[in-house]
Amino acid sequence: MADTALRPEVTHPVAASPAPRPARRRRRSPIAPYLFVAPAVVLFVVFMLVPLGYTIWSSLRAYRIEEGASVLGVRVDKFVGLDNYVAVLQDAELLASFGRLGLYGLIAVPLTLGLALLFALLLDVPAVRAKRFARTAIFIPYAVPGITAALLWGFMYLPSTSPFSYVTNALGWGPIPFLEAGGLFGSLANIAIWGGVGFNMIIIYTSLRGIPAEIYESARLDGASELQVALRIKVPLVVPALVLTGVFALIGTLQLYGEPNTLRPLTTEITQSWAPLMTIYRDAFLTDDLPAAAASSTILALGTVVLSAVVLAVANRKRAEAAS
Amino acid sequence: MTAVETRRAADARRGGAEPARRTSRPGGASPRASRRGKVLPTVVLLIGAFYCLVPVGWVFIASSKSPGELFTSFSFAPGTGLAGNLGDLFAYEGGQYGLWAANSLLYAGVGGVLSTFVSTMAGYALAKYSFRGRDLIFFMILAGVLIPGITLAIPQYILLSEIGLAGGPLSVLLPIIISPFGIYLSRVFAQSAVPQEILEASRIDGAGEWRTFRHIVLPIMVPGMVTVFLLQFVGIWNNFLLPFVMLSDQADYPLTVGLYTLLSKGSGAPALYSLAITGAAVSIIPLTLLVLFLQRFWRLDLISGGLKG
Repeated sequence: MADTALRPEVTHPVAASPAPRPARRRRRSPIAPYLFVAPAVVLFVVFMLVPLGYTIWSSLRAYRIEEGASVLGVRVDKFVGLDNYVAVLQDAELLASFGRLGLYGLIAVPLTLGLALLFALLLDVPAVRAKRFARTAIFIPYAVPGITAALLWGFMYLPSTSPFSYVTNALGWGPIPFLEAGGLFGSLANIAIWGGVGFNMIIIYTSLRGIPAEIYESARLDGASELQVALRIKVPLVVPALVLTGVFALIGTLQLYGEPNTLRPLTTEITQSWAPLMTIYRDAFLTDDLPAAAASSTILALGTVVLSAVVLAVANRKRAEAAS
Repeated sequence: MTAVETRRAADARRGGAEPARRTSRPGGASPRASRRGKVLPTVVLLIGAFYCLVPVGWVFIASSKSPGELFTSFSFAPGTGLAGNLGDLFAYEGGQYGLWAANSLLYAGVGGVLSTFVSTMAGYALAKYSFRGRDLIFFMILAGVLIPGITLAIPQYILLSEIGLAGGPLSVLLPIIISPFGIYLSRVFAQSAVPQEILEASRIDGAGEWRTFRHIVLPIMVPGMVTVFLLQFVGIWNNFLLPFVMLSDQADYPLTVGLYTLLSKGSGAPALYSLAITGAAVSIIPLTLLVLFLQRFWRLDLISGGLKG
């Protein structure tokens, strides 16, 4: 992928070997590309690499009390190897939060992608009505920040303001336990699905629009139903878009923080360490245990990169197999 | 007609929706058949649209309820307190809501523009030059796409407080300028949209590299830049954790953090719930309009086709 831009320069001189192209003799400043990438590289180093390195560095250190001049001893910042990781990985609370995150992700990611794919395919059915309205309406939540979405849905869940619980109350069934233990995962996942379906739908739909219509025509002439065209022709062709949206959905899931934190005032089910990032925030700012926060951050970031890389690698291999 | 009927029944048994483009076939389909092929997908799409609009509709209705009505009347019954809520919202702590909105606009606008220029320059260089270290830089950028930006917020805060920058608006603006995904998209766009011949012609004419970029490349890259800008603008506008971690003064908050504090204080003072709801309703309007208006300028095929690049 990285060498596509090289190709013109590598192949052209060979193709035009008898007479060297005049362009090869152009005045060309060798430092120009470095100046173009310089702002990005500097910012990348300062705001991504250094914080990342700092996180790893502080995850390998800890404050220890050592005997010293005073009676209480001296607080020393020293290298402790992987001790923090061992401690963090044995922390039942953090492990439980990773478990909750996993369950939440298992609901949110497949449903977001599945619904996005379904809506994109329906938008691509030629005879469907009200396309523009549906597309716009489903896309609107993209413009609503996650915090605001959590606030809106929070009130839709809260028994005293929920329209759904109003109906079930009127029927004598009592309020729906959106914010109780049983319903909480679905309720939180629903916020992510609501916010994510529209954007992913547009990406998949754009990808569908890029496929030349002739590809379907012969299938349709052979009497294939619109459903068969969708499942056998369209879905395989938008797999790259699905993989990409899948990776982004995965990254988004692992960053879960604002939504459960916003719902906290409305329910006692969400503790201060409900999601891993909430635990990390608490360790860093409330209990002042920076090394633990750094170790958990590193695990979370590493987990994200490894998971995304696995998804991309599997998808690439599948595509290579399909192509051969 | 009977042939069509049996065919339709067979299709129905297979669970398939009736082909909608029968019109292209000689003989055509019965009107009923094509109608059924339209109705089910249309209904499903409308259910999706309804699902997406319900909370938005609710927040506008709820913002018209006075604090007393919020918890007592049916959710979708409009109230009588809209003017009062709006007045309370903009008067809250000396007009802080207006400040939050201005801050959101400032962070998203300035951050988005700077980020777009940095990404465009880098993407162009990575796509159109070959230079030592290019592949290393591109690989790092790709890896950067996968790193959840949010896990960096805490170390960024600690490092910025070391140099005394944490707490102020700059601490929110600076980290968001670097966008690995924006650079990646710009590179994909430059690769497909900027022809090598144009660059060489410009160089033969004696234009310097910067002049070539400024006058030839930038105009070609506008559609890609609009896309990167919108993604960044919405991303920054919707961001919560970075400003939440960085900012100490309420007057510097963007809308997301401001609304969050209103809601978290609300459990002690329910009147703030009405403010949070009204504030959420008001804040949805400008961004929705912007996104809907600019939707047509997006080149989202960059993203969907990006992986093939």
